[in-house]
Amino acid sequence: MNNVLTFLIVAVIKIAVTVGVLLTIVAYTVWLERKVVGRMQNRWGPSRVGPFGLLQPLADGLKFIFKEDLTPPYVNRGIYLLAPVLALTMALTSIALIPIAPNVTVDGVTTPIQITGVLDPSAPHGSSDINVGLLIILGITSVGVYGIALAGWSSNSKYSLLGSLRASAQMVSYEVALGLSLIGVLILSQTFSLRGIVEQQQGWFWNWNFFKGGQFIAFFIYLMAAFAETNRIPFDLPEAETELVAGYHTEYSAMKFAMFFMAEYANMVTVACLASVLFLGGWSGPVFGPPILHGLLPVFWFLLRVFCFLFLYIWVRGTLPRFRYDQLMAFSWKFLLPLALANTVITALIVALRA
Amino acid sequence: MLHLTLFLIFAAICAAGAVNLLVQKHPINSALSLIVVMASLALLYLLLGAEFVAVVQIIIYAGAIMVLFVFTIMLLNAGVEERSRGSRVALMFGVPGLLIFAAIIGWVMTRHNSVNSELAIGQMYGSAKAIGRLLFKDFLLPFEVTSVLVLIAIMGAVVLARRGE
Repeated sequence: MNNVLTFLIVAVIKIAVTVGVLLTIVAYTVWLERKVVGRMQNRWGPSRVGPFGLLQPLADGLKFIFKEDLTPPYVNRGIYLLAPVLALTMALTSIALIPIAPNVTVDGVTTPIQITGVLDPSAPHGSSDINVGLLIILGITSVGVYGIALAGWSSNSKYSLLGSLRASAQMVSYEVALGLSLIGVLILSQTFSLRGIVEQQQGWFWNWNFFKGGQFIAFFIYLMAAFAETNRIPFDLPEAETELVAGYHTEYSAMKFAMFFMAEYANMVTVACLASVLFLGGWSGPVFGPPILHGLLPVFWFLLRVFCFLFLYIWVRGTLPRFRYDQLMAFSWKFLLPLALANTVITALIVALRA
Repeated sequence: MLHLTLFLIFAAICAAGAVNLLVQKHPINSALSLIVVMASLALLYLLLGAEFVAVVQIIIYAGAIMVLFVFTIMLLNAGVEERSRGSRVALMFGVPGLLIFAAIIGWVMTRHNSVNSELAIGQMYGSAKAIGRLLFKDFLLPFEVTSVLVLIAIMGAVVLARRGE
């Protein structure tokens, strides 16, 4: 078959499968959250639709589609419609950069399990990706702020505006700590390529950046910044319902609200993927058995890590109360930022002394 | 061919965004047009083979600086701009200035028309490693002096913004 045609077909299949799996994970994270938080609060959670309430996400989706799609009268219409699209697009795009597993061969065609990954015979493991992958994800996240900022402003409502101001200030502040926490990993791995970073951490768990590189402080900074970036409890000030109704998406209903909702959960998945890739060895894990398992086990190990992160998100939500806004800002600028800077300096010093 | 097509598409988007920035009456629309200009400029850098510069363009300009612009417009709740009838000075000096500028660009482009070869990503002198080496080795002193300058600017802003005691 023609080379270009093969490439195109493989690319389309990869995109379709990845986005399909991502959306399924997003839908079932919502189910898991309701179920787990329910159990933590001595309730059942969804239990009526299907066994264990497993069809609840489908029912929710149908409800969102058939609800009245209301546009309030005094909104800035163009921007009001643009904002949820922007938020969801940016949330779904960043998954393209995540290296999920090494190469697989299906029907004589070999390809890395990563949308932006390409075969590269000169690379040590036979495939490579763009050398600024990590930065592109940071760029996409920083553009995603507009979705929330514009949603609040264009709604022409005081609760929305306050929520989106809080959200933008919070996301901009925590982006600093988040970015600085990654620098230790970058100094150790000497590349921006996410695939390259994962390949350096293969083998047993002591090869992970978390242990081998001593990046556990960076990991906890990343984790806390990630909670804030995705507007999750205990940092969910932008949608604090006791003060702001629902924050920036107060004026949104039906599918437009669902888009913000999906964007939040897709961002959670991306952040979890990035944490696995940077700190916890990506797809590394024992691989055995017939060839088909060789292809699937790395994907399983990767998804297992992502699942653990999502569970942690839910666990924290069921446990911690919300911060006060000044505490939130002080925590980022006065605690996380100096800590991240110290981590950067110490890591650089160790690498320099070893060299 | 693909290269040229992509260039034309993003150059057109960039120019359209710039024109839209001037034409729009509401400041937030202008700010959004400026973001479009920044993003399409980043893609043009990518076509030049400078992937690091492209991403930094997105993170810093589209992601950080423009967020502050939009933030300020939202906070001040700036309304529709007032139109003046244009100043005569701008017309007198602007039009000849524009013509001279266009002539210089045309002259440079006709003289150096040999550099229109295509580049793959990572091929140009724009990788993170090359830029890091330039900043922290070859031009270390100017770089550090600039950072002190930025620090002074930040402190100045803090002093100006602080209320008198």
